[in-house]
Amino acid sequence: MNFDELLGNFPALTITGLEQGAIYALVALGYTLVYGVLRLINFAHSEVFMVGTFTAFWTWEALGYDQNSAAPALGPLILALAAGLIVAGVASAATAVTVELVAYRPLRRRNAPPLAFLITAIGASFVLAESFGIGTSRAPFGMPTLLPSETLFTVFGAAVTNIQLLILGVTLVMMVGLDQFVNRSRLGRGIRAVAQDPDTAALMGVNKNRVILLVFVLGGLMAGVAALLWNVRYEFTKFNVGFLIGLKAFAAAVLGGIGNLRGALLGGLLLGVVENYAAGLFGGEWKDFTGFVLLIVLLMFRPTGLLGESLGRARA
Amino acid sequence: MRQKLARVLGGVAISALVFSSAAACKADSGTEEGGNSAACGLKIGFFGPLTGDAAGLGIHMRNGTKLAIDQYNKDNADCKVNLEQYDSQGDPAKAPPLAQQAVGDAKVVGLVGPAFSGESEVGGPIFDAAGLPAITPSATNPTLTTKGWKVFHRGVGNDTSQGPAAGRYIKNVLKAEKVYVVDDQSAYGTGLVAEVKKVLGSVTGEDKVQVKQTNFSAVVTKIVGSGATALFFGGYYTEAGLLLKQLKGAGWKGTMVAGDGVNDALFIKVAGQAVAEGTILTCPCAPATAAKGTFVTDYKAAFENAEPGTYADVSYDIAKIYLEGIKAGKTTRADLLAFVKAYNKAGTATGVTYKFEASGELDPAQVVVWAFKVNAGKVVPDIEIPKA
Repeated sequence: MNFDELLGNFPALTITGLEQGAIYALVALGYTLVYGVLRLINFAHSEVFMVGTFTAFWTWEALGYDQNSAAPALGPLILALAAGLIVAGVASAATAVTVELVAYRPLRRRNAPPLAFLITAIGASFVLAESFGIGTSRAPFGMPTLLPSETLFTVFGAAVTNIQLLILGVTLVMMVGLDQFVNRSRLGRGIRAVAQDPDTAALMGVNKNRVILLVFVLGGLMAGVAALLWNVRYEFTKFNVGFLIGLKAFAAAVLGGIGNLRGALLGGLLLGVVENYAAGLFGGEWKDFTGFVLLIVLLMFRPTGLLGESLGRARA
Repeated sequence: MRQKLARVLGGVAISALVFSSAAACKADSGTEEGGNSAACGLKIGFFGPLTGDAAGLGIHMRNGTKLAIDQYNKDNADCKVNLEQYDSQGDPAKAPPLAQQAVGDAKVVGLVGPAFSGESEVGGPIFDAAGLPAITPSATNPTLTTKGWKVFHRGVGNDTSQGPAAGRYIKNVLKAEKVYVVDDQSAYGTGLVAEVKKVLGSVTGEDKVQVKQTNFSAVVTKIVGSGATALFFGGYYTEAGLLLKQLKGAGWKGTMVAGDGVNDALFIKVAGQAVAEGTILTCPCAPATAAKGTFVTDYKAAFENAEPGTYADVSYDIAKIYLEGIKAGKTTRADLLAFVKAYNKAGTATGVTYKFEASGELDPAQVVVWAFKVNAGKVVPDIEIPKA
């Protein structure tokens, strides 16, 4: 154990952990939304994220940025980011909706047992990842540095960069926006109603299938935003990039209380930070070990996760 | 009852079918081995990553092998040798079924590969049990030749030559005082880092990462905080590129040194040209771009003007050892293995004299270690690292 390493770098490990946790949280929202409404773990969500990273990258290529191009000025930069965001959001949402329409809806119509959904979800994940793997020769893709990292200020000796602020800021905005949407808007009320009791909601005139589609669209959009932030930060993608992120995000969703939007944020940030502390304290090989031990221990004492509440039981 | 009977009958029919076809197979291979035409239609296998995270390394080796076989077939059009590819994706978990496939194909008489140390570890016992000769052009973990496999040979130096040479480069050429070491927990990466540490004595710090890891923020924080001016990375190019990119992004100004697993143009593709610039990559081999004879021009002509990458020339020479054996009538695995063990001739591309010790290790006098440097987006030869 290396307490010097942990204590000396504590602020820096916290900031980079929060930054990574924010991306976990955005992806975790997709798992939580779908679970809240359908009681289904949508394993294909990790690939929804992967599609977002690739489409944003291809958009940048189409705009003429190759890996070694210089960082653009502010105007073209905003254009590139906005274009990437729109394309990634639309592509991710479209992927999520396609999976729902092609794979899950026919199963629901036939009243398939939960196991069938589980296997279908895993199958859809593999099909998406492998088709990108084959299509891209499983090669890694580096991306241009659109937004060079700059230190804006320091907190207790740890540098905070513009990219870290961007990631945390965007995550918070998306989070608050989604929370308000689900809790205040008419469509959001529909989501909560179906989550609470699908049959009664249907009797009250809520179109269940439309609500489910909406949930997949929202989850896909969040994954698209996460994908863009990922591209800006790590400037890299590969066909299996979603696997680890998806696993961590799913863990984050369970940690915070699956089906709970605020829980996803809390779980994501917590997991990101704990992983970093563990890497600092015990060394990089203990990172995943510690993260998942935390998950297991926490679930022992709080089986429903930190915030525990499901989407349906949120205030009506 | 009737149903049960039908099932039993069906079962008997199926097993009869299986046995008869197995017998047929056996008869087939028997006639081939006995026949005079046995030397024709034999196969040389290439075992290594052709897709996946480290495919860039494997493809050059496959190309070198293919070039040798194509040239042989041109001269021996009436009795050709075929290339059989086993794409392991560099993943030890994918290697066993592929290894079984290779030993199960009676026409495969020799293997170029396995390319990586991890897959060699799991493939080795399978090849050994079947007596299939394997000469790796690139797996450099030293322990591979200590497992008592009779069939395994190494056509290059190992990490007990590469690691110390990398350490000497860091110490004598870079003159770095504070060195951080990171490995990827693979058989190759940990072995290499252990050798580097022996030469350096003490290091400023060390950490481990995972294959497929993309977020290196914790290790980046540690390296930057340690004030290290040099980093040695034991692993492959995808993680190396990402780690270096995130390090430079965090303002690190030092030099990264890495082994042959990073020595590929794809490293620059992952890291980006500006980030990769100045990185030192070692290899227990001489530059393939400066290979002897007509190898470089032949390679470029055969593969769309591509520069031969790391170990392309070694693979070419290894394939030629097998081809020479086949030409001399050593057409069974056992004969070819004996031929390899007794071989003592210089390769036409590398100029290295291929003479193996009893363990399968290349004669130490033949081992050279080169340092390469990333310069203007290309991996170019820097110096041959002097022996200690």
